[in-house]
Amino acid sequence: MKYIIAIIQPDRLDEVIAALSEEEINLMTVSDVMGRGRQKGVAEVYRSHVERGGLLHKIKIEIAVSDSRVWETVDAITRGAHTGNIGDGKIFVLELEECLRIRTGETGAAALA
Amino acid sequence: MTSVNTGDTSWMIISTALVMLMTPGLAFFYGGLVRRKNVLSIMMQCLLLVGVISIQWVLFGYSLAFGPDHGGLIGGLSWAGLNGVGLAPNPDYAATIPHQLFMVFQMMFAIITPALIVGAFAERMKFGAFLIFSVLWATIVYDPVAHWVWGVGGILRQLGALDFAGGTVVHINAGMAGLAAALVIGRRKGYPDTSPPHNLPFAILGAALLWFGWFGFNAGSALSSGGLAVSAFLATHMAAAAAAVAWAALDWLTSKRPTALGLISGAVAGLVAVTPASGYVTPLGAMGIGALAGLVCYVSVVLVKNRLGYDDSLDAFGMHGVGGMLGALLTGLWATKVINPAGADGAFHGDIKQLLLQFIAVVAVAAYSFVLSWGLLKLVDKLVGLRVSEQNENIGLDLTQHSESAYTLVG
Repeated sequence: MKYIIAIIQPDRLDEVIAALSEEEINLMTVSDVMGRGRQKGVAEVYRSHVERGGLLHKIKIEIAVSDSRVWETVDAITRGAHTGNIGDGKIFVLELEECLRIRTGETGAAALA
Repeated sequence: MTSVNTGDTSWMIISTALVMLMTPGLAFFYGGLVRRKNVLSIMMQCLLLVGVISIQWVLFGYSLAFGPDHGGLIGGLSWAGLNGVGLAPNPDYAATIPHQLFMVFQMMFAIITPALIVGAFAERMKFGAFLIFSVLWATIVYDPVAHWVWGVGGILRQLGALDFAGGTVVHINAGMAGLAAALVIGRRKGYPDTSPPHNLPFAILGAALLWFGWFGFNAGSALSSGGLAVSAFLATHMAAAAAAVAWAALDWLTSKRPTALGLISGAVAGLVAVTPASGYVTPLGAMGIGALAGLVCYVSVVLVKNRLGYDDSLDAFGMHGVGGMLGALLTGLWATKVINPAGADGAFHGDIKQLLLQFIAVVAVAAYSFVLSWGLLKLVDKLVGLRVSEQNENIGLDLTQHSESAYTLVG
């Protein structure tokens, strides 16, 4: 099993969810995060206080999938999130050791979908 | 009580409520500008003063400020507990409204003045120290200064210095105390790398409430419902408008984007500066005052403060001290008896003497406030310690001083 973490631009979330839905991948966790890549962010000015550009608002999507579905998932996220501009984001694929459904106690592949 | 005028009384009751609203408005204005972990401490400080100063005012503050004069310096205690302060008008202060209404109107000014100082020591003062300092400050700084400028027989009033609604009594007074506090208590940890405002919409809401309440602050200082109140209302509004636009324009020019915080800060600066002038100037004069306030306070807050390196966190001195001094002096330029025969003519209307009188009042109040505030802070520091520990400053004042958390972020 694999655990996929995708960091995307906030305004691409709807497209990513739609693309995943087309692949019948509907289970996910979405959170608001702050982050930066190689770009340094926008300067913010508050009277005498100037923030020189640190972290930007991003969205993190986390999905647990079986090994056979990893690349469909990654491709779907990419399809939804890609714009060609700096800041499109990144996708990380991690090894997932175990997965359990709390309501029923199912583990493994049965708990993933 | 045939001399009570119901029109004047209605307006003054409403004005009193408007000025009361300014203290919670200030709580939001300041609260939005600090870190999330300290927002409640700001609001607690502001709102506790509503309670505590109201009590102090009724018990002895009003008497010290407005009571029968002693040597031009103080009102004494003959009106303590509102003894002699009833519903019949006091002809010396406001001949057409109940005396108690004048007293409670003034109470709201006495409340918001120490609340303004909060901006200077935000995010690092112990709550007990704040309470002791504020009550003592109200008694030995605010009450005497109010007496000098507004009390019958007060030395600055006798001199002829003009302060329609509190440029010296409220803004210079609080601003200089703020400067003293910033210097005595020291910079926040990590300054100048502090955090941006945690909730600008709160700050904007607060500023809007301040603008609204200021109509009571200034137009209510006419103590009557009629032409003078209208004139003060209009002057107040035009100064705010001109100052907001001026600051936004400066923002746009110097940092390439007009900011929301700049816009509302400009409005507040204009409101501060027009406060002493509001019952004495024409609408165009008020616009001039507003535009200059936007410019001068912008320079003071955005450019000068960082150069000098003192941590007046929310610009109590930069806006209220500087804005108040500017406004008091501009009153000496733009005041005209055409608007208010009980006032005077400023330099632009023929008489340079008023400018000198304003200058004397500004210096007297600024010096007194600074020196006594400094001494009082040092005293409170010796008694209980002014500043929270470094660890508590890190954790935040809401949790460490009030056992509360403003926002439930998880669960």
